[in-house]
Amino acid sequence: MKALSIPDLERIYDLLAEAIDAVPEGEVPRFLTKLALLAANEIGDAERFAGLLDSARRDL
Amino acid sequence: MHQPEAQPRASLYFDYRVHPAWLPSAHEVEEEVQVAIVGGGPIGLALALDLARHGVRCVLLEAERQVSEGSRAIVFTRRSMEILHQLGVAGRVAAKGLPWRYGNSYYRGRRVFRMAVPHDADQRFLPMTNLQQPYLERYLAEALGQSPHAELRWGNRVSAIAQDEDGVRLTVETPAGDYALRAQWVAAADGARSTLRQLLGLKMEGTAYEGRFVIADIRAELDLPTERLAFFDPPWNPGNTVLMHREPDGIWRVDYQLPPGETAEEALAPAALRSRIDAALALVGAAGQQWELDWCSVYSARAMTLPDYLHGRVAFVGDAAHLLPIFGVRGANTGFQDAHDLAWKLALELRGCAGPGLLPSYSQERVAAAREIIDEAGKSTRFMTPPSPGYRLLRDAVLSLALSEEFVRPLLHWRTSRAHDYAASALNCVGDDDALFEAGPGHGAPCTDLRLGGDAFLLDHLGPAFQLLYFGAGPTPEVLACMASFRQRGVPLRLLLVERSGVNGAVEADQILPDSEGRLRQHFGVTVDGAAYLLRPDQHVCARWLTLSADRLEAALNAALGHSNRSFTS
Repeated sequence: MKALSIPDLERIYDLLAEAIDAVPEGEVPRFLTKLALLAANEIGDAERFAGLLDSARRDL
Repeated sequence: MHQPEAQPRASLYFDYRVHPAWLPSAHEVEEEVQVAIVGGGPIGLALALDLARHGVRCVLLEAERQVSEGSRAIVFTRRSMEILHQLGVAGRVAAKGLPWRYGNSYYRGRRVFRMAVPHDADQRFLPMTNLQQPYLERYLAEALGQSPHAELRWGNRVSAIAQDEDGVRLTVETPAGDYALRAQWVAAADGARSTLRQLLGLKMEGTAYEGRFVIADIRAELDLPTERLAFFDPPWNPGNTVLMHREPDGIWRVDYQLPPGETAEEALAPAALRSRIDAALALVGAAGQQWELDWCSVYSARAMTLPDYLHGRVAFVGDAAHLLPIFGVRGANTGFQDAHDLAWKLALELRGCAGPGLLPSYSQERVAAAREIIDEAGKSTRFMTPPSPGYRLLRDAVLSLALSEEFVRPLLHWRTSRAHDYAASALNCVGDDDALFEAGPGHGAPCTDLRLGGDAFLLDHLGPAFQLLYFGAGPTPEVLACMASFRQRGVPLRLLLVERSGVNGAVEADQILPDSEGRLRQHFGVTVDGAAYLLRPDQHVCARWLTLSADRLEAALNAALGHSNRSFTS
């Protein structure tokens, strides 16, 4: 698995924050769900996706 | 006193006829009948015809004096048509019905998915045929009227049941008083609110979903092909789904989910119906279209089954046995397969040919099928009527993605009723060569059709019997002797010879199927002379061999008759 470079991580941080702000209020959950499905399709591995869900659930 | 409606039901397109009630006073008291079927819907009628085809004397008791009100089941699958073909009514259904194979899903005014159900020239029937249930019931009832073995008693309602080791006693109410009917076996085909299920105190297992739907039939002139139309999340019914199907006689089925909290009464109020049907018509580009209402009803999506379809001498079929969501046309289409599975087993039981496992295999095979259907239906239902905020969010995300992303579109795939494979059935042969075949229908699968030329098809040649399909000049004298011994015991068994050109069979067969181009061999995955298939009377494969001997055939027939003591694994 490739780790993101620090500059890429910083860029993604900004992109995601600005994208969430730009989505009409109330559409954020659907937007993020679409994003998760698109990312899952890029990952192409249901087991890895399940692991990512676990990571995301932690310490909410 | 039972007083069924004596006035014909109202309909814009169907000419209801009220039949005279069957009254005990007008008939001689009879001794026991072999099978009493309770409920004259499509499944009860199909079962009666199927039993009669096997020579079983049966009586069908229908509480009403006319066929069902409203279109109800309107989509019949290819497998249902194949079963109806064996019962002799598929021709009338096909002549009146509308065949089709495309399903379309729309979201925000755009078609996001178009599914073509596979079809080729080797099939007699298209994947789906639309016809209103009253027509189908009429065709089945009229066919039953031609049968010397079956009798349809209109206006006869069962009110009590008692059974002992030898048979069942039904109390039957008529407009002229009650009578008792004694039967060796009873089939409960009395529908979703089955009286027999309640009288026997049986409980179904499964889920009742919260979603409730209006189904409305309207007469409207719409210039659209016969295809399935599904509209997700329309602006006038946010979050919900609207389905439309074309029916014969200029009738359209409109099916939509109710907003949460709305009662059936509110939903069926004329003003509510009018505005929603107007809105549904606007979805297909027919805003302002004139229409008339024929029939409407409210139903809820349920996915439930009895855990066992046999209770003493009572066998449950169709909606009396299971309640399935209608999105995948699983109601009647599942019921026909129940009836077709039960009929031959009951016939052989009555003839004294059945082993101890034959009738139980009906319940095993069909409960397993119902559970598979429930599992599949659950997936459709979670998409059509999301049960929680999470499912709703995912469904909406997928619809939104489907406008641009190919990879999510299969999630909109419309899972439909299919012919079930009884791959784990205890009736399948253990020591045959099933695993050595690389093609063709395997253990438990229904034999698929093949065009033999012109309007002649393979399935036309299969009768109400076991069929040994032999590829080559003919089986050995030992195999023929084995067949004769089963026939002597009353087991219906036919020999079909598939002949290559140049091979001249000296054997007397019930049917010769010429195969000069090798298409039948290819269809069955047969590469060597001397291979054979054994098909059950319901056309499902129970054994196949690369080489056949009398011992192997005997073992397969014994297993298929329920003499094997292997346990059922699923």
